[in-house]
Amino acid sequence: MATTERKYPAPSVNPEIKPFFDAAAQGTLMLKKCAACSQSHFYPRAICPYCSSDRTEWITASGRGTIYSYSVMRRVPVPYAIAYVTLEEGVTMMTNIVDCDLDAIRVGHRVKVVFKPTDGGPPVPMFTPA
Amino acid sequence: MTIKGKAYIAGVYEHPTRKADTQSLAQLHAESAMGALADAGLTKDDVDGYFCAGDAPGLGPLSMADYMGLKLRHMDSTETGGSSYVIHVGHAAEAIALGRCNVALITLAGRPRAEGVATGTVPRAPVAASPDAPFEYPYGPTVANQYGMAAMRHMHQYGTTSAQLAWIKVAASQHAQHNPNALLRDVVTVEDVINSPMISDPLHRLDCCVITDGGGAIVVVKPEIARSLKRPLVKVLGAGEAPKHQMGGKIDLTYSGAVWSGPAAFAEAGVKHADIKYASIYDSFTITVLITLEDLGFCAKGQGGKFVADGNLISGVGKLPFNTDGGGLCNNHPANRGGLTKVVEAVRQLRGEAHPKVQVRNCDVALAHGTGGSLGTRHGSATVIMGRE
Repeated sequence: MATTERKYPAPSVNPEIKPFFDAAAQGTLMLKKCAACSQSHFYPRAICPYCSSDRTEWITASGRGTIYSYSVMRRVPVPYAIAYVTLEEGVTMMTNIVDCDLDAIRVGHRVKVVFKPTDGGPPVPMFTPA
Repeated sequence: MTIKGKAYIAGVYEHPTRKADTQSLAQLHAESAMGALADAGLTKDDVDGYFCAGDAPGLGPLSMADYMGLKLRHMDSTETGGSSYVIHVGHAAEAIALGRCNVALITLAGRPRAEGVATGTVPRAPVAASPDAPFEYPYGPTVANQYGMAAMRHMHQYGTTSAQLAWIKVAASQHAQHNPNALLRDVVTVEDVINSPMISDPLHRLDCCVITDGGGAIVVVKPEIARSLKRPLVKVLGAGEAPKHQMGGKIDLTYSGAVWSGPAAFAEAGVKHADIKYASIYDSFTITVLITLEDLGFCAKGQGGKFVADGNLISGVGKLPFNTDGGGLCNNHPANRGGLTKVVEAVRQLRGEAHPKVQVRNCDVALAHGTGGSLGTRHGSATVIMGRE
C-alpha cells in the first residue's frame, strides 16, 4: 500500500448537481430517480435519460454495492484504483476503491461508501471493502 | 438513398515523421494535405470540401482553409476523437453523393511528443462544462485505466487472458518490422508483452499504443473525377457510425459502439464477413482490437481471445490480416488519434501498395474501424468498408 495520500481534484459543481455535493458534505450519497418512469440513473440529471421527463427527484442511496470493474494505475507516484461500482439501487458509478490493499481488489467484491476530501472542493464518494 | 459507389478514395498520405520538433501543427496538417493531393494527382485548387476534427488548430476548418488557401463550399468538423476521420470518410461520401462537393479533403495532425504530453497516464483536463466531469475527474480517469477497466471486466466475464491480448501486439509487431517509418520495429513475443511493466491492470506497457507526432490525409472524390485520375479505383461501399455511452448508469464495458456501426456498414456495402480480406482495427490498446472484432461479428461475443490467438491476425499466417502497417501499437498513433491511418493502410492494401511482405493477395474488399474517446466511458465508433474496382 502507498504511504502517501493522493490529492483528489475538486469536482466542478453547477446548480443542476449542487444537491449531490451538498449531501456528500453531510456524508450522504444521493441519486436521481425519475417519478415518471421509476428508474434511477447516474450521473444525476434534471432530465431523465430514459424517458426525458423533468420529474427527476433526489433519493438517498444505501451506499452499498459491488465492484463491476477496476484498474490499478501503477505508473504514477502514488498508485490508485479506479473502479465502477454497481450500487444496490442498480446504477453503476465511477469511483475509487480506497483504504485497502490495492492488490486484493477483485471484481464482485462488496463495498461501502466513504467520503474523501477534495482539493478545494466538496468531498466525493469513494468506496472501501464492506 | 445510399453512399455505395457514390465516392472513391483517390488519395492517401501518412506523414513520415514520428517526432515533429521543427513543424507547427498547421504545417503538419498542410504537409499531410499536400501529400494526399499529390498521391491523387490533384491540387489544393481542386478541393471544395474540407473535413477536420478536434486536433486541427484554431477554429478547425476556418483556420485550416485560411492557412492552406482553400476555397470551399462544404465543411465538416465532426469530432469523435480518434474515430473522427473514419466518420469523415462516410460524411465526405454523403456530401459528394448530394453534390455538396466534388473533392473532399480530410486531414489529421498533432505533436504530443514534441509537446511532452503524458498521454496515457495523466487525466486529461475535462472539456468545459462536460456534464460527466464532476462525477469522473476527481477519480483520476486516464486513458490507460479506463481501457484497463474494460479489459478487466472482459477477463472476468469471458475468461480472456493477458496472453490472448498479447497476440494482438505480437501480430502488429510482425507487420511493423517491414515498415521503415514505424516507431517500433522489433518483433515481440507473447512473453515480451506479459513481462513488460504493468501500466494499469491488466494492461502492460506493450498492450498500449505508441505516442507519436505526425499526421495524415485522405482525398475522397466523385466517381467521374476518380476515373480521370491515374490511381487504382478504391470505392466507398458502406459506412456506419454510432456513439456508445454509460446508458444512464447501466454500464456494460464488454462491448463497443461497433455493435451498431458495423452492421450498418456491412448492410450498406452488401458484403459478408467472409468477403473482408483485410481489416484495419483501431488499436489504442490490445483490448480495443479484441472487443471490436467481437462487436463487428468476426467472432462471437466473448470468443475474441481465442480468435486473436496463435497469429490469426498476422498477414500470410492467419485468417484475418489486420493493421499491416504495424498499427497504433507499433507504427504510428499521430496526435493520439489512430482513425486516419487505419483508412490509409486499408487503401494501400486495396491498391496492392502495402509492403510486399504484408500485402494480402487479391485484396478486393477491406474494412477500417475507428474507436474514439474511451471504451471505459463514452466513445464514437465508425466503420467504413471499401472495395477495389
